[in-house]
Amino acid sequence: MGGVLDGNIVLVTGAGGGIGGATVTALRAAGATVIATDLRAPDGGDINLAHDVTSETDWARIAGEIESRFGTLDGLVNNAGIAIVARIEDETLESWRRLQAVNVESMLLSLQATLPLLKKSGETRAGGASVVNISSVGGIGGAPLMASYCTSKGAVRLFSKSAAIEFAMLKYNIRVNSVHPGGIETAMMDDIVARYVELGAAPDAETARAGLDAQHPLGRWGRPEEIASGIVYLCSSAASFMTGSELVIDGGFTAH
Amino acid sequence: MSRFDGSVAFVTGGLRGIGRAIAERLLAEGASVMIADLAAPGDVEADLAALGGAAPGGRAAYVSLDVGNEAAWPATVEAIRDRFGRLDILVANAGIGGTGPLASLTLADWHRTMHVNVDGVFLAVRHCAAMLGEAGRDRPGGSSIVTISSIMGLVALPQAGPYNASKGAVRLFTKSIALEFAASKTPIRANSVHPGFVETPLLIESSSQDEIDFYTGSTPLGRMAQPAEIAAAVAFLASDDASYMTGSELVVDGGYTAQ
Repeated sequence: MGGVLDGNIVLVTGAGGGIGGATVTALRAAGATVIATDLRAPDGGDINLAHDVTSETDWARIAGEIESRFGTLDGLVNNAGIAIVARIEDETLESWRRLQAVNVESMLLSLQATLPLLKKSGETRAGGASVVNISSVGGIGGAPLMASYCTSKGAVRLFSKSAAIEFAMLKYNIRVNSVHPGGIETAMMDDIVARYVELGAAPDAETARAGLDAQHPLGRWGRPEEIASGIVYLCSSAASFMTGSELVIDGGFTAH
Repeated sequence: MSRFDGSVAFVTGGLRGIGRAIAERLLAEGASVMIADLAAPGDVEADLAALGGAAPGGRAAYVSLDVGNEAAWPATVEAIRDRFGRLDILVANAGIGGTGPLASLTLADWHRTMHVNVDGVFLAVRHCAAMLGEAGRDRPGGSSIVTISSIMGLVALPQAGPYNASKGAVRLFTKSIALEFAASKTPIRANSVHPGFVETPLLIESSSQDEIDFYTGSTPLGRMAQPAEIAAAVAFLASDDASYMTGSELVVDGGYTAQ
C-alpha cells in the first residue's frame, strides 16, 4: 500500500500517552518508520526509547540514535506534555517550573538536538522536513485553574511560529506548525476532570465532563485518532505550503 | 480504495485556478465532482474532457452558475441531484478581487465583490445544506463544507477594503454555520481555508512585477503557493481525517500570518 509517509523517519515524544500512541499508529499506517519515546519506553513504535524531554543529555542520546540508524529525520512530533490543575494562589513555583520545563523547554532542546537531522531531510524531501508541536486550545484561550498549562501552550504556539519563520529565512526547508486539540478522550483529560472535582469546580466527575462536553459544539470530546490524522497531514507533503500555522482540532471549541 | 470513493463534491469557481486544482484533487481521490463556473456549458467541453467527465458515466460534470444569483440556485442543486444523487462535500471557492483606493471605490464596486464572495457563499450553504445533511448521516465524519477565505480574511492590506471585508465575512459566517449545524446535530462540518498568495493564472496576469515581488518577498517561504497545495488542504478538511474539525481555520500561507 502506498502511504503518504512511505520511507519517512518520524520521531514522536510522549508516545506512551493517548494522543502520542494514536499518532505513532497513524504515522506507521501512513508508511513512516517511527521512533517512539516517553519517560518509560513505550511499545508502539518501530523503535521505542526511554526519554526525558527536559534532559539535554537525553536529547543528545535520542538524536545520536536516529543519526546512527537513519542519518536523517523527516518528521518531529513534539507531543510530550503535562497538565496541572490548581488555583493560582496554590500553585508552587517548583510545580510551575516543572511544567514549563516539560511543555516549553523541551521544544527548544528538541529543535537544537535534531536540527542537523531535520536539515538533512530538508535538503531532499518534497515539502520539506516537518515539525509538529502539540499545543492546545489552552494555547489560544485561557482556562480557569489551568494558568500554568495555558501559559506553556501559548508559548508553544508562538515558539512554533518563530521557528517557522526563522527556518524559512535560513532556507532550511523545515516547516513548523502547531496543533491545538480540544478536549480529547485521554488519561490526561480524566486527570483534569478529577482535579476539577477535587478543587470544587464541579460536584462530581459526571457534571465536570458534561460541562466540558457543552463547551465543544460537536457535543463530545475528540478521539486521539482525530488528532493523529491532523498530525499525519502536517507531516506529509500535502501540507507543503503550511508553516507557522495552527491546526485547531477542537470540535468547534474556539469558534464560539 | 481512495478517500472519496462514492462521495460527491460541488466546487464553485471550479474551472480555473484554485477551484480547478480542488476539482482535480477530489477527482483524483475518487470523488464525483460537479463544477460550477461562469462559462457557458458549450465552452467547457475541452475542460470536462481533460477532467475525465466527457465520457459516459464520467465523474466530472459542469453547471453554469453566477453564485450570487439566488434564482439560479434551485436548478443548480437539482442538477447535482439528477446527475449524482447526493452531495457530501461543498467547496465554496468562487471569488473575485475587490481593491482600489477608497476614494475611487463606488458602491457598485463594493456590491460586485460582496455579490460573489459573500452572497455566493451564503447561497451555496443555504441551498446545499439539505442535501449535505442527508449525505452526512452515512459518513463517519459527517459531510463537509469548505469555504475559501484568504489570509486577507485575517489581516489587511491597504486599498483592499472590499476584498478584506468579504473574506473576513466568509471566516465568521463559516464559524457561525459550524456552530448552528453542531447545535442542531446536523452532520455537517464547516471550516474555512485561508490561502496566502497563490500562483493562479488570474493573479499573475492581473499583477505587476512589483506586486509579484511583494507576494514572494513578504511570504517567509519565499514563493507563492501552487494551487495544488491549497487543494490538498481542502481535501484534508473534506475527508474523515478531519472528523473533529468544525468552525476552524486552515491557514495555508507559507508563514505570512505567523509574522
